[in-house]
Amino acid sequence: MDLSKLKRIDGWSWTVAPAPGEARGDVRLYGSRELLATMDNKVMEQITNVARLPGLVGPAMTMPDAHWGYGFPIGGVAAFDPEQGGIISAGGVGFDISCGIRCLRTNLQLTDVAGELPSLARELSENIPAGVGEEGDIKLSQEALDEVMAGGARWAVEHGYGAAADLEFIEEGGRVAGPVPQNVSALAKKRQRGEMGTLGSGNHYLEVQVVDRIHDAAAAQTYGLREGQLLISIHCGSRGLGHQIGTDYLVSLAKAASRLGIRLPDRELACAPINTPEGQQYIGAMNAAINCALANRQILTHLTRKCFSRLIPRAQLETLFDVSHNTCKREQHLVDGKKRLLYVHRKGATRAFGPGHPALPERYRATGQPVVIGGSMGTGSWILAGNAESENRAFSSASHGAGRAMSRKQALKQWHGRQLVDELARQGILIRTRSLRGVAEEAPGAYKDVDLVAEATERAGLARRVAFLRPKVCIKG
Amino acid sequence: MSNQPGKPATDHPMSAPRSVTSSGDDYFEHDADIGVIGRGATLEEAFESAAAATFAVMADLSAVRPERSVTLDFEEADVEIALVRWLNLLLGLSHEHGLVFSRFWIERDGVRWRGGASGEPWRRDLERGTEVKGATLTMLEVKQEREGWLARCVVDV
Repeated sequence: MDLSKLKRIDGWSWTVAPAPGEARGDVRLYGSRELLATMDNKVMEQITNVARLPGLVGPAMTMPDAHWGYGFPIGGVAAFDPEQGGIISAGGVGFDISCGIRCLRTNLQLTDVAGELPSLARELSENIPAGVGEEGDIKLSQEALDEVMAGGARWAVEHGYGAAADLEFIEEGGRVAGPVPQNVSALAKKRQRGEMGTLGSGNHYLEVQVVDRIHDAAAAQTYGLREGQLLISIHCGSRGLGHQIGTDYLVSLAKAASRLGIRLPDRELACAPINTPEGQQYIGAMNAAINCALANRQILTHLTRKCFSRLIPRAQLETLFDVSHNTCKREQHLVDGKKRLLYVHRKGATRAFGPGHPALPERYRATGQPVVIGGSMGTGSWILAGNAESENRAFSSASHGAGRAMSRKQALKQWHGRQLVDELARQGILIRTRSLRGVAEEAPGAYKDVDLVAEATERAGLARRVAFLRPKVCIKG
Repeated sequence: MSNQPGKPATDHPMSAPRSVTSSGDDYFEHDADIGVIGRGATLEEAFESAAAATFAVMADLSAVRPERSVTLDFEEADVEIALVRWLNLLLGLSHEHGLVFSRFWIERDGVRWRGGASGEPWRRDLERGTEVKGATLTMLEVKQEREGWLARCVVDV
């Protein structure tokens, strides 16, 4: 990114001054000079375009892991007020609606089970459907899918996938309000028929990780973390159903925006005012997809537990937290001292509620919400804790991953999947995949330094570091 | 839209699916996703080529047997939106029927578009690439150049 176009606000946040006569809202880019320098200029262009949308409240923002997306940048956050003509944008949520991370903590230490990791890798790779074209054993009728979209993870628990105790530690208690399955096309429902309980591909993964080091002992204790402990992270979303909803509404909202007289700086910002039939229709479909994603991660949690219990009967896997990073949520925030009900788009950004937030489970209320910054399969991931709104000026949002530093095309030129798998095995990281091309595209070197992202996230006041996790087994789609 | 899995593509009265190869030149740079490029002597051939580039992200098309076919139709006046709808309908049908496609055809009659694809169910021995979630409006362009037609957009993976 051309840093000469940025104006530094403080050490960890930047803005772009509007051109003379340019009418738009403010923008705020979070991150260090080093991270921003690695970002494509398109990130600045895209977030500036977001700042032109009607009803924006506060700045349009990017997180420290931001990279070039479609419409919104990945790592983009923007809040809109429905009473001021604020909009809902399909391009501000993304195709993989409610993609997110379920994190499970185990009662196992790496030292106790290190010899069993190869067996565990095999068991997980054989029983977790992953990769393009892979279906799960669960085949749902359209009526059953309607129930999934209405019930979310609660539907999954009621049908024997996991335990009721999981629900407390899933955002929204496992079910978001306001789903309207009737707003979801027949094709979207057909696409999902065989895809419940599947991981998908691309940057999705299931990782067995070890807590490498603790940064914040008190928060770690609250989250039940200790050095040497095994955790599991499941990164996936709403699968074909969400993809098709994104597809359907991207085109219909682009046409609606034109009909409603909204001048879009980029067609991919397809949107409609929240208080219009078009806007409400998308919100109902999006909420249905969010519940589908929450159910999907709940089923995958159940499948993971079965794998562990077959090999290590004493293993206990508890849900640490489950949070999405591709959503638009109706939330109350304090703006200039006044409480306002806003629609907060987070595209590749994690919700990060701070201490005292009423939506948090009692166990985490004094500490803040667990936030996961998923890294690449070769480096590691961070668990952080959300900050109060007095510190987090990004509508309680934080980074969601390491963020890509180069394109998939460039990565394919630099790395070979087989060599990467072998190299990572020498480092004690077992990769299991059906797509060696996918491994090359997802090479650790194709991502930003996750430590720099976590540090910038903390220094910018978005969330504070709690623990660093190293990967031991990675199931890639 | 209609689709007829299992019906041999060559039975279609209007057109047979063309086998379109895909090469490294069929893609352009995008940070997180992939830009696909279709080229052809006609607009329709460019659309078919873009479809091949899209499905080549997911599989080695030379190894995919054209055993089963689907057809589709839609109405769209905007040729750029038509490209996105064409690719997304193919992706939807691919997922709905558990098929990977390797051959594609499309015809245009004013605002009416009719097309189809042939492929086979995913086999264990097919090398997997990366799943394409959908075609986007980003860097979307359909235009006639001196050498022929170009149709491109970013696909989300």
